[in-house]
Amino acid sequence: MTAATGIGARALRTEDKRFLTGTGRYVDDLPLARATYAYFLRSPHAHAKIKSIDTAAAKAMPGVVEIFTGKDTADAKVGGLICGWVVKDKHGQPHKAPPHPVMALDTVRYVGDTVAMVVANSVGAARDAAEAIEVDYEVLPANVDLARAFDKGVPEVHPEAPGNLIYDWEIGVKADADAAFAKAAHVTKLDIVNNRLIPNAMEPRAAAADYDKGTGNYTLWSTSQNPHVLRLILSAFVLGIPEHKLRVIAPDVGGGFGSKIFCYNEETMVTWAASRVGRPIKWTAERSESFLTDAHGRDHVTHAELALDKDGKFLALKVDTIANMGAYLSTFSTAVPTYLYATLLAGQYTTPVIYANVRAAVTHTAPVDAYRGAGRPEATFVIESIVSKAAAEMKIDPAELRRRNFIPAEAFPYQTPVALQYDSGNYPPIIDEAIAIADYKGFEARRAEAKARGKLRGIGFSSYIEACGLGPSRVIGQLGGGVGQWESAQIKFNPTGNVQVLTGAHSHGQSHETTFAQIVSDKLGVPIETVEVVHGDTATTPFGMGSYGSRSLAVGGSAIMKAADKIIAKGKKIAAHLMEADVADVVFEQGTFKVAGTDKAVPLGATVFAAYVPHNYPLEELEPGMDENAFYDPSNFVYPSGTQICEVEIDPETGVTEIVSFTAVDDFGNIVNPMIVEGQVHGGIVQGVGQALHEAAVYDKQTGQLVSGSYMDYRMPRAEDVPSFKLANKVTPCPHNPLGVKGCGEAGAIAAPAAVMNAVRDALGPVGVQHIEMPATPMSVWQAINGGK
Amino acid sequence: MYDFAYHHPKTLAEALAALKDKPEARPVSGGMTLIPTLKMRLSKPSDLVDLNGIKELTGIKVEGNGVTIGGMTRHADVASSADVKKTIPALAQLAALIGDPAVRNRGTIGGSVANADPAADYPAAVVALDATITTTEGKHKADDFFKGLFETALKDGELITAVSFPKPEKAGYEKFRNPASRYAMVGVFVAKTAGGVRVAVTGAGPSVFRVKAMEDALSKNFSSDAIKDIKIPADGLNSDIHGSAEYRAHLVTVMARRAVDQANK
Repeated sequence: MTAATGIGARALRTEDKRFLTGTGRYVDDLPLARATYAYFLRSPHAHAKIKSIDTAAAKAMPGVVEIFTGKDTADAKVGGLICGWVVKDKHGQPHKAPPHPVMALDTVRYVGDTVAMVVANSVGAARDAAEAIEVDYEVLPANVDLARAFDKGVPEVHPEAPGNLIYDWEIGVKADADAAFAKAAHVTKLDIVNNRLIPNAMEPRAAAADYDKGTGNYTLWSTSQNPHVLRLILSAFVLGIPEHKLRVIAPDVGGGFGSKIFCYNEETMVTWAASRVGRPIKWTAERSESFLTDAHGRDHVTHAELALDKDGKFLALKVDTIANMGAYLSTFSTAVPTYLYATLLAGQYTTPVIYANVRAAVTHTAPVDAYRGAGRPEATFVIESIVSKAAAEMKIDPAELRRRNFIPAEAFPYQTPVALQYDSGNYPPIIDEAIAIADYKGFEARRAEAKARGKLRGIGFSSYIEACGLGPSRVIGQLGGGVGQWESAQIKFNPTGNVQVLTGAHSHGQSHETTFAQIVSDKLGVPIETVEVVHGDTATTPFGMGSYGSRSLAVGGSAIMKAADKIIAKGKKIAAHLMEADVADVVFEQGTFKVAGTDKAVPLGATVFAAYVPHNYPLEELEPGMDENAFYDPSNFVYPSGTQICEVEIDPETGVTEIVSFTAVDDFGNIVNPMIVEGQVHGGIVQGVGQALHEAAVYDKQTGQLVSGSYMDYRMPRAEDVPSFKLANKVTPCPHNPLGVKGCGEAGAIAAPAAVMNAVRDALGPVGVQHIEMPATPMSVWQAINGGK
Repeated sequence: MYDFAYHHPKTLAEALAALKDKPEARPVSGGMTLIPTLKMRLSKPSDLVDLNGIKELTGIKVEGNGVTIGGMTRHADVASSADVKKTIPALAQLAALIGDPAVRNRGTIGGSVANADPAADYPAAVVALDATITTTEGKHKADDFFKGLFETALKDGELITAVSFPKPEKAGYEKFRNPASRYAMVGVFVAKTAGGVRVAVTGAGPSVFRVKAMEDALSKNFSSDAIKDIKIPADGLNSDIHGSAEYRAHLVTVMARRAVDQANK
């Protein structure tokens, strides 16, 4: 449509009006008559036998409606929570799948494991009663140290997973990698930890449920990134409520970052219990509960080796990773360190042979699952750390070493040795532009100037690739994924010409209401103000997979394009009838149907009106109405790429690292709204900086207590921690989706940890520091400089 | 939080009456520590006596050779006070470094000093400037006031009405924030006073403490070079995931040097 709101425009966000004026509506805002409130009693122990639970005194307390324990849900045959992705181990056996009851039966397995649910007339009454529940625990030794999870004598989390092993999985052929290493001129070795993170969405998880006794219908309001998938899981696997009797609504949701993809026990319990207590039930997590029970992210221990020839060409990469699953397998946990991690280990490079072995462990800690980037940040951190280390060891410029190994532009589509076929990309111009923006040439002068001020300055590269836009359903199915990965769209014109766009994607900060409206406005030539994007309600939107894995635009946006094509096709037929012309002669331009070579024209709005008031309408050939559905299943993933350059200055006296410059050049394909993309990149980089320098989920290795269980100890990144970012884009359009778009939601978080840490290592190298882990906190930097004291 | 009786006195006398003979009653000023503690159900007072309505406890006065700050005066008011900035600029700077804007506009000097959090900022200024704490029972010297972790010389029902800071010849405060909470992981207040040089450290130990070796060195030569090689022992210092005792001991010297440079500016 107009340049101000069409594809490529920096249109202001439609949703900001309500968010900035405090009129967003979140689950906790929901007014429900006769509501009760749930409080979940959590295990204070990482591992213990429950010898007895006595709820008698608690049940007698004022305001208490009902108390449920694991025995109640087991007696009622409530199903366990599921892991929806079957990973087959190196012997072809499916992963070990220990039961995940909605409430603990006889054993608690992490601090925060659910022991009882109290339903009362107020949150305070529920909490008072929870304190009166007497639980007799026999505390047992806990398995908390991931690196030792498989050691002999370590307590087992589940009898179904002997030795705490969920799977021993591999990709590639080890003998081929060994053969390539035998010919190497240089081998670089790296031991690194990918630190565990806590998602910390601004809105904590919440759920509210209502049961209509008359119809037998349940309604669940949940802070979900994918309400349809949540309903499918609850219906088909956990609660057995038929899908048509369960409506799931995800209203405004304040951030997810992956942690709200999964089916959790609290929303399950609230739904189940609503019919038993006969009143609506509301629950909103306290921040402390979010720390303890939101699925955590990352948490890998890795050994990697890179073989190079004498010129620095990569010959082979070997990676051995232990991945933490936590105490139970969350919804997509098994896929994250396998298909979303090891398949990315080629990075941007032509490494011909790659072998990766991944062993997944259960531990007495909170479940671990996808968190912004999910597997791809871990892969990028391994690759980009070892490449920079190899460059330093071989005394080759780190940018030059990357260039020597980039997949050349003419090689696309490019089949990697780890399953993926990259569809498009052109990496050398990206790093060239990043180098120019970051003034890489001037770095050594800046380092010398900093040294004169007593500061250690360093620069770090990170050239990332990611596979996102999940995804081709056929491939996902072959890899063990339990669901399709297409997306849906419905474009529904009203008789007066305004439009509702219904999507199966869900916006919890991504600005779909703006971006999707821009697509429809641009494609159909209607003013953006007349386009309403509707999402998040299984009763009104077509079945869709939700938002995660940077998929909404590439897959959901493509579905909208398909639906718009159907609108145009139908409109052409109507217009041809109205203009008494042949359909083949009708063209659609900027919201108007025209007969080529004449001055005959009918605006889209007139065809819409004719479709709803079909007085003059080809009823013999066409159905009335202007309402089109589309489903889009992509033929491949999309492959955004880019290079980040981070420059840091370290105060050796205090160990404080300051990021003084940060450059990111990305290829996201075509861009619908550059302002929104920049926002996504900013947020992603800050999350990556958080992982690199600040954030760490720390469990006490003996007791399994979460030491970093509040903002007093969990260090979130702040605005003052980052400089103004220097961003640029290069565009190679995605060749297989109609918008030519790739994903941008995770890129910043995928690339930034390696960029920051390579800069930190570069700064510390001259003072003899060989190794430092994330997060590079002031104390850890100071300790590294001072020999680990 | 648990239920409690709530009192909102308008005068100091009413407040004292509300606290009298109630061992489980607690006064609340800014509530920056107490309210979260109540919300987390870690504290169960019988009565909460809210001091926020007592006008006589607020205000900043320049008196004699120093500044007197009412017990209920907010950190933001100290940080922005022209009188404090002119008389003891380091004190205004300290107040400006406390917490975040929400904390500074709610938290009070009396509440901070009475709570004696090991990581609070004010205790460093109180001790280094040799302040006098005036209470409803009388006056306390700074050196006798802080007794240990969350422990002071205050008796039950005794309220801080004002803190008086004598004007130093020069003073400086440098703080290394806990990366997560932003409390002082190590805060060092250095003051050259009429009674000599005083160096007070907060955040590093269970309670604010003075560093005699640094005071002696600075008395001879008030420059950061004079203390650069003075190391304090790590024994007995706080240790957590953000800072080991050794790291804190190291930071005491670094922050002390920077505080002296600040004072000499």
